[in-house]
Amino acid sequence: MTAPPPERVRVTSSRRGAVTPGSRRPARDLDEQTELGDVYLAGLMRAQLRLSLAVLALTVVALVALPVVLSLMPATQSTTVLGIPFPWLALGVAVYPAAWVLARWYAGQSERLETDFTEVVEQP
Amino acid sequence: MSHPLSIVAVALVCLTTLVVGGFGLRLSRRTSDFYVAGRTVSPRLNASAIGGEYLSAASFLGVAGLIYGSGIDMLWLPVGYTLGYLVLLVMVAAPMRRSGAYTLPDFAEARLGSRAVRLVSSVLVVAIGWLYLVPQFQGAGLTLALVTGAPPWVGGFVVMVVIAAAVGAGGMRSITFVQAVQYWIKLTALAVPAFVLLLLWVRSGHPAPVVPPQWHAPLSPTGPGDHPWYRTASTVLALCLGTMGLPHVLVRYYTNPDGPGARRTTVTVIALLGVFYLLPPVYGALGRVVFPVLPGDVRGDSIVLRIPGELAPGLGGDLLTAMLAGGAFAAFLSTASGLAMSVTGVLDQELLRPQLARLTGGDSPGAGGFRLAAVLAVVLPYLLSRLIEPLGLATTVGLAFTVAASTFAPLIILGVWWRGLSVPGAMAGLVAGGLGTGLSLATTMARGDLGGWPGALLANPALWTVPLAFAAVVLVSLATPGRIPASTARVLVRLHTPERVTLARSRLRD
Repeated sequence: MTAPPPERVRVTSSRRGAVTPGSRRPARDLDEQTELGDVYLAGLMRAQLRLSLAVLALTVVALVALPVVLSLMPATQSTTVLGIPFPWLALGVAVYPAAWVLARWYAGQSERLETDFTEVVEQP
Repeated sequence: MSHPLSIVAVALVCLTTLVVGGFGLRLSRRTSDFYVAGRTVSPRLNASAIGGEYLSAASFLGVAGLIYGSGIDMLWLPVGYTLGYLVLLVMVAAPMRRSGAYTLPDFAEARLGSRAVRLVSSVLVVAIGWLYLVPQFQGAGLTLALVTGAPPWVGGFVVMVVIAAAVGAGGMRSITFVQAVQYWIKLTALAVPAFVLLLLWVRSGHPAPVVPPQWHAPLSPTGPGDHPWYRTASTVLALCLGTMGLPHVLVRYYTNPDGPGARRTTVTVIALLGVFYLLPPVYGALGRVVFPVLPGDVRGDSIVLRIPGELAPGLGGDLLTAMLAGGAFAAFLSTASGLAMSVTGVLDQELLRPQLARLTGGDSPGAGGFRLAAVLAVVLPYLLSRLIEPLGLATTVGLAFTVAASTFAPLIILGVWWRGLSVPGAMAGLVAGGLGTGLSLATTMARGDLGGWPGALLANPALWTVPLAFAAVVLVSLATPGRIPASTARVLVRLHTPERVTLARSRLRD
């Protein structure tokens, strides 16, 4: 004699603990290199690179402009400020504070980009 | 001529280096202490250390000598040395710190996962490091010979022994303290005599410098067939891009606490370098006042050390010369120890550790191998410096920058910013840039400057070798899309994501 077959049981899940798509932190996508994470990363890199290239472009323009101005306007070569010829002041002194100001500005802007990015990807 | 005061100053600087290095010895315990100071260096200390390490014999003696000889066009050299940090700041500072690598070959391997690229990078690190060490030893020989009358081999020998001891004893942590102290020694040693000499010059009725006709004219050709615009542009490009590719500079970035810390460090470095580079032109101009014509037996590189004796005869002049000689030795020691540190790191990891591990049956050789590598790293370039005829200090240093700009700069910049970088592409860039600069510079060293366009293109190759290397990387990478490392996305996430974003997988723990 055979035992009666066990009663059927319905297996279900309430799905209450499941993660809904909206509650993922984007930081996790970034971490797991999903397509969405890739979009976030590309955005950050593009913003940073644009800032960097702007600084470089400004530097190149300033560096090229100086000798061009000096050779197109020979009068600037003989101008003296406090007894020091202008070309020596420009190339020997003024370059350094200018580079420092530009560097400081860049560091601040770059950190701001990162702060904004952190806020975006860390909120659920 | 012999100055007992100068000998005392040089001895003091060497002793300081050794004592501070020994102080680091007691703090160095783990392997990571030896390499990157346990990553606990604050931006301000780190910036002083970078400045101290970077300002070499070329900056302390060479630039003033060149300005004395050639005038305003030589101001582009310190401008390039400084702007190199601006380029480094905006292109690679923070990502480099986040890469979590100890050395340039480490970065190449982390980014590309290729042993072959790592090996080629290691060879280049050692080559650039040795190329840069040679003028430090030569400068030391020159200085000591000038102030004490010792034979020329002594100065380089002293520097070699001191840095081998300092690096071998404490590794990077000791070097960070040493370097930070060295920056301030160098600045003081160059600034105080400059002010005193300027005062003396004013009191003696401020005679005008006697200059050759082209001295004040920017970018004027020194002869027929000279191409000053090309040469200057090429030099500035080499200095701007070469800085990031110098092995001893990037190693220092791994000691920053985080990405923004690396940026703040760099900003401070630019300020420190800017202050320092105000001084060499002062010496160049004062040199023109006291030596209207360079005396026959004097090299331009030693002009800085000769000015005090002329302007202030007697004890005062001796005192100033002693300060300058001490500062110059600080310059040789700090740059040479930074370079020795990077070369040592690469030799230890690539060459000695695998060999020693085989000998000891897999046991870690620990710091013993590191110390052996430190000795190796300095002896060979010292012998080289005895063999080859010294070019100008700043010229030889420029060669190292050119090689770095044409090999590592494309690899690092594209590695940080471009997803399409493939392993053969990276290799092609290193080989093309390395061969292009290597052959040009070897030709120039062997045959002298050829003059005209061939001379300009071979003596200052950066303006064509850098685009060549970039083009090689990009074209070969585009042709081999199948060899783009699978880890590219993960590594780029690590390089660019701010530290405050919590990443469980992509971040390295250190």
